[in-house]
Amino acid sequence: MMSKIVRTMASLLILFALIYGLYIITHGHLTPGGGFQGGAVFASGVALLIVAFGSEIIHKSLKEHRLSILESSGALIFIGLAFGGLAIVFFYNFLVGSPIFGHIPPSGPNPGDIWTAGVIPFMNIAVGLKVLAGFSAILLVMALATTLTEVEE
Amino acid sequence: MANLITHSPILIIAIPLLAAFLTPLIDRVSKKARDILVIASLALAEFLVIILARDIYPNGLHIYTLGASSPDLTIPENYIVPVRIILEVDSMSIFMAIITATVSLAAAIYSLSFMKEETGQNRFYTLLLLLAAGMFGMELTGDLFNLFVFLEIASIAGAALTAFRTRFADAAEGGFKYIVVSSVAALMVLFAIGILYAQYNLLNIGALAHVMQYTMLDKIALALLVIAFMMKLAGVPLHMWCPDTYSVAPASITIMLVAASYACLYALFRTCFTLYGVCLNLVTVGWIVIIFGVLSMFIGVTMAVFQTDIKRLMAYHCISQTGYMLLGIGVGLAVLNQPEALSTYGIAAMDGGIFHIINNALYKGLLFLTAGALFQRTGTRDLNKMGGLAHKMKWTTIFYIIGALSISGIPPSNGFASKLLIYESVYRFNPILAIVAMITSILTLASFTKAFYSAFMGAELPEYQEVKEVPKSMIAGMAILAAGIIFFSLFPGLVVDRLAHPATAALISQGVYINGIMGGGG
Amino acid sequence: MTQGIPFNVPFLAVAAMIGIAFYIIISQRNLIKLVMGLSILASGANLFLITLGYREGGVAPIYTYTPAGIMVLPVPQALTLTSIVIAVACLALMLSMVIHIYRHTGSTDSEKSRIMKG
Repeated sequence: MMSKIVRTMASLLILFALIYGLYIITHGHLTPGGGFQGGAVFASGVALLIVAFGSEIIHKSLKEHRLSILESSGALIFIGLAFGGLAIVFFYNFLVGSPIFGHIPPSGPNPGDIWTAGVIPFMNIAVGLKVLAGFSAILLVMALATTLTEVEE
Repeated sequence: MANLITHSPILIIAIPLLAAFLTPLIDRVSKKARDILVIASLALAEFLVIILARDIYPNGLHIYTLGASSPDLTIPENYIVPVRIILEVDSMSIFMAIITATVSLAAAIYSLSFMKEETGQNRFYTLLLLLAAGMFGMELTGDLFNLFVFLEIASIAGAALTAFRTRFADAAEGGFKYIVVSSVAALMVLFAIGILYAQYNLLNIGALAHVMQYTMLDKIALALLVIAFMMKLAGVPLHMWCPDTYSVAPASITIMLVAASYACLYALFRTCFTLYGVCLNLVTVGWIVIIFGVLSMFIGVTMAVFQTDIKRLMAYHCISQTGYMLLGIGVGLAVLNQPEALSTYGIAAMDGGIFHIINNALYKGLLFLTAGALFQRTGTRDLNKMGGLAHKMKWTTIFYIIGALSISGIPPSNGFASKLLIYESVYRFNPILAIVAMITSILTLASFTKAFYSAFMGAELPEYQEVKEVPKSMIAGMAILAAGIIFFSLFPGLVVDRLAHPATAALISQGVYINGIMGGGG
Repeated sequence: MTQGIPFNVPFLAVAAMIGIAFYIIISQRNLIKLVMGLSILASGANLFLITLGYREGGVAPIYTYTPAGIMVLPVPQALTLTSIVIAVACLALMLSMVIHIYRHTGSTDSEKSRIMKG
């Protein structure tokens, strides 16, 4: 647990870190970024909280088994979308041409339309969920391990 | 059914992966449902491997392009090179996939009782299914970078499983050694892939083989790939991690790590025979593989003779048996461009080496599972402390005898059949190598006889009065492998003609592999 | 695409990083320093992959509001991203194992915490 100034600023800055992380995840098909990068930024916000408040206080609200459920569901969404195109070929982009994320952009430089790229934004979100849950769980468990407390399964 | 066979290359990889991520969620509902899910997904993968094998042996190789508008559209219109991740399954790939599927299924059934008292079992089964998916991915892919990714998946899952029982002090050390060695090896593979991409702008194995000119940078990439795969399959002199890791891992995980090292052996042969093919200086590279093989055989068995820890002894024997495979297939590589030598003894040497891979996975797996059974009932791996266990543990004794007879090459076991093929053909290449191989076989028999007398024979010790036989699922896991050994011992000719010989033919014919990628399209 | 790789400062940096990393892995006894050496080795390999994709005067391979001109190769950037993800997972696993070794043997020195010999 660090001083009052650090705790106050961490509580303010976590908001920006989380929003920035989610922005990078969802705009992955247009700007640099995507699932892993956005999830890592999100988890760095969680790391800021753990350092500022101490792992025991964070562990009261953020339990590791709930992060495990989020992580598994992220992976299942990814594989489910991959199986979704199995009627033709595995990983087939079945949303191109359909009304959900289905616009086909013109080739070459363009202003960037968010409703393009088919299955890819959903896969970015799934990977982002998995990465943020996984990284937060790793950071939380390692911080708890150094205080030698038991983590329930 | 035909649709299922077309899609089966990716389903073999994707079904264990899907089950791996479903396991933590289903585990919250009920533990029995999780056990059924694990066994069902591995059994389904085995079924798909068998039906794909039955289609590949008569009809040739299978191509699957991920994400295209049809599975065999490798080169779309207006392109001249293949553009997506392509899975290419020929007879050698499906042979290795049969080994992986059988060993994974036996390991999962064995683990149902072996890991019963551990905490965090849902993570154990997740990692086991990820290890199986990683091994399948390494064996079925036709793309170099995909091979790297699945190699890393298998390494990370294997290392986490090795260190799983954290209450033992040496488990974390064994796992740490495994992950450090695997990391360095995989980074060397990545560097070699970077060198090949910088020159040819291609990642697909068939397409690279089509345009390969053997420049200086390609030689550097070949050296990096060979050394990296040697590190992963524990060939001497890069074998130091192997006894430590195999002895502390849980017994079912040890057999999966053995199967993972054979997947890396397959990757080594894929680069030497298919990626580079006849443009190598075959005699040099062939002799390097042969020298590694002979060193592994000899040093493995001489280090094994004086071990007192039963799993460490078996791990050193694993190193020496890998030497047999490197020797057999190295002889085939050295004579690849001399047609009369190839047809006289080269193909027979490769048949023997490839047959030895499946034999070794079966009997080494069975021996490691019996060592795990001994550890479960007596709590120790030290041979000096065990004794007289044959009175109480009859099934374990029978399985140990089957495994020990096979590994020593006693007729009529399958170990004898594959070793005979290797001895006869290697003798015609160079007599000294065959003599070293026979001496190794004698020393193998000696050390397994010593282990048998220490652990099973002798009077009953007072501290093992209440020892009973191991639970049924462990016996079932061992019985799967023992049934395979007995079947291969009764019909070795059938197995060599139907399984090993098509694999040899697929490795030798680089042109068929390239044609599958560059010829298929539209 | 069949020219050799040009002589270039980033490639010298890659060689230096890989050399230093191998020296650390071989010579350091502290386990955490060994893990750091592996991290530097991974960074060297990733830098190599990005550098080989560079084309003279190229811009970033993104289509949103791009300036005109040739683009650098995008495939090595995808390979590097995958490699970074794998390196992070390996790093987390290795550090967890070092924590367990420290708990059981009380030291992170590889000579003092070694149990298995022979």
